[in-house]
Amino acid sequence: MTAPQSKDELEAQFAQWRQYVQRRPEMQRSDAEELEDHLRGSVDELIAVGLRADEAFLVAVKRMGSLDDLSREFAREHSERLWKQLVLTGEPDSPTAATKARRDLLAMVICAAGAAASIKVPELFRPAVEEDGAFYATNFGLFALPWLAAFLAWRRHARPALIGVLVALFALGAVAANAYPLAEDSQSIVVTAIHLPVAMWFVVGLAYVADDWRASRRRMDFIRFTGEWFIYFVLIALGGGVLMAFMYGTFEAIGISPEDFISRWLLPCGVVAAVVVAGWLVEAKQSVVENIAPVLTRLFTPLFTAVLLSFLVAVVWTSAGIDIERQALILFNLLLLVVLGLMLYSMSARDPLAPPGLFDKLQLALVVSALVIDVLVLTEITGRITEYGTTPNKAAALGVNVILLANLVWSAWLMLGFIRRHRPFAALERWQTGYLPVYAAWAWIVVLAFPPLFSYV
Amino acid sequence: MKVAKDLVAAAATPMVLGILAEGESYGYAILRRINELSGGELDWTEGLLYPLLHRLERLGSVESSWQSVTGERRRKYYRITNVGLAELGEHRRQWDTVVDALKEIWLGPGDLRPLTAIPMGSPA
Repeated sequence: MTAPQSKDELEAQFAQWRQYVQRRPEMQRSDAEELEDHLRGSVDELIAVGLRADEAFLVAVKRMGSLDDLSREFAREHSERLWKQLVLTGEPDSPTAATKARRDLLAMVICAAGAAASIKVPELFRPAVEEDGAFYATNFGLFALPWLAAFLAWRRHARPALIGVLVALFALGAVAANAYPLAEDSQSIVVTAIHLPVAMWFVVGLAYVADDWRASRRRMDFIRFTGEWFIYFVLIALGGGVLMAFMYGTFEAIGISPEDFISRWLLPCGVVAAVVVAGWLVEAKQSVVENIAPVLTRLFTPLFTAVLLSFLVAVVWTSAGIDIERQALILFNLLLLVVLGLMLYSMSARDPLAPPGLFDKLQLALVVSALVIDVLVLTEITGRITEYGTTPNKAAALGVNVILLANLVWSAWLMLGFIRRHRPFAALERWQTGYLPVYAAWAWIVVLAFPPLFSYV
Repeated sequence: MKVAKDLVAAAATPMVLGILAEGESYGYAILRRINELSGGELDWTEGLLYPLLHRLERLGSVESSWQSVTGERRRKYYRITNVGLAELGEHRRQWDTVVDALKEIWLGPGDLRPLTAIPMGSPA
């Protein structure tokens, strides 16, 4: 072996060792560098007494002792490193990541400001929020979500073709929200106000998966993104509520009423900006902080299962029919949605190769009990609709119910196959990610086709 | 004979500060120096030294700077500060007290017992 060759080999070994050290959360770049210098000192000395380079490396590493012990000692001094911090301006010790994080931050601020501005711009031409509720209700998704999509598309360097598609879809949404002659108090306004943000959210999803929208893994990432985004949004909203309460209280105390400012500026601008900020947070903290949605699903799946099963027992026991009001259908839709969410988010964190366990059986029980309840509700409601005729509200609620039902029935079937080890877990995952376009399509149908279909009621 | 872990840990801070009081140094050299001073009897590990140096740095007893040595290699040098010197003085006073007291017991002027009477070779 010639000398330069062995030197290269030694360098490769050092590089490998450095990577190995840096993978530990207790160790930072500077620590790895310091320890590497130590190791090199040790190696040089051993070579000086006559060892070959590779031998010297082995002995020096062995002398340093196990990396586990070393990092345990480091953790005692640097315990804060185990609490992974979301560093908003990037890792202090890696300059390239820092500039990237700063650019992200800047883009986020621009998009959030854009969202805040776009909810105030219509006021130049139209009455304010309080007098024009219908306009703001139907357009709500259009103020914030295009900016979130813009941020995501910018971050992923989306191709011009995709940007064109995004712009066209948002424009189509704007047409659907404003072109139809809907009365202020019509049912269709409510239906559109609920479904348009959902349709827009799937456009955001398109921006999210940008490069690879057919890939099941990318779609699953979007599902994870949605859950985390929702949690961050709720947290920001809670913080915002506290801020507004203090603002109101303190300014009232000195005789200035901030009510007008809060309701006309802080609240609307804050909400739309929070949509973008929450999206940025999820992107920035990816892999820095544990995802929280799967933890919540673990916590609540057993509890929801218990509640649903006891509800079923109570229905059978008292043999009471379910009182079907319009609200009831919406309530049961929400129930199915929650069950679907519980399933999706525990799936999103699951190792696809792990064998079926108790939790999977629990989940199957949850899904099946939700299905049984829903079938009871559906049989009641279809009777009602055939009796009294249909309205946009009922048709939309029924449609959602059928879509969720179809998803859950097939999911339950796949899950059963998985628990009995007939099918891999990936089948269930593919089914869920493949189903996403169905929700998007339904939301668009409701938004675009329902108003003319029901003659703008 | 190996010095017990607790004793090594207790003596660690004054020893590092004492070595740094001789002049600035870096991790590997500090460890070599300790080895040399104790004739290899003190069992120091990297897991003891580096976290200790970082703690002393955090407390302001030492300060560090990166200096480049041959090629792209960088080395972190530690230097004792005035706070560290004051702390070292305090440690010395305490250790002197302990050492004096032990000497007084083991080979004090009034002590007639021969040294061999002290049980040896049976660590607690």
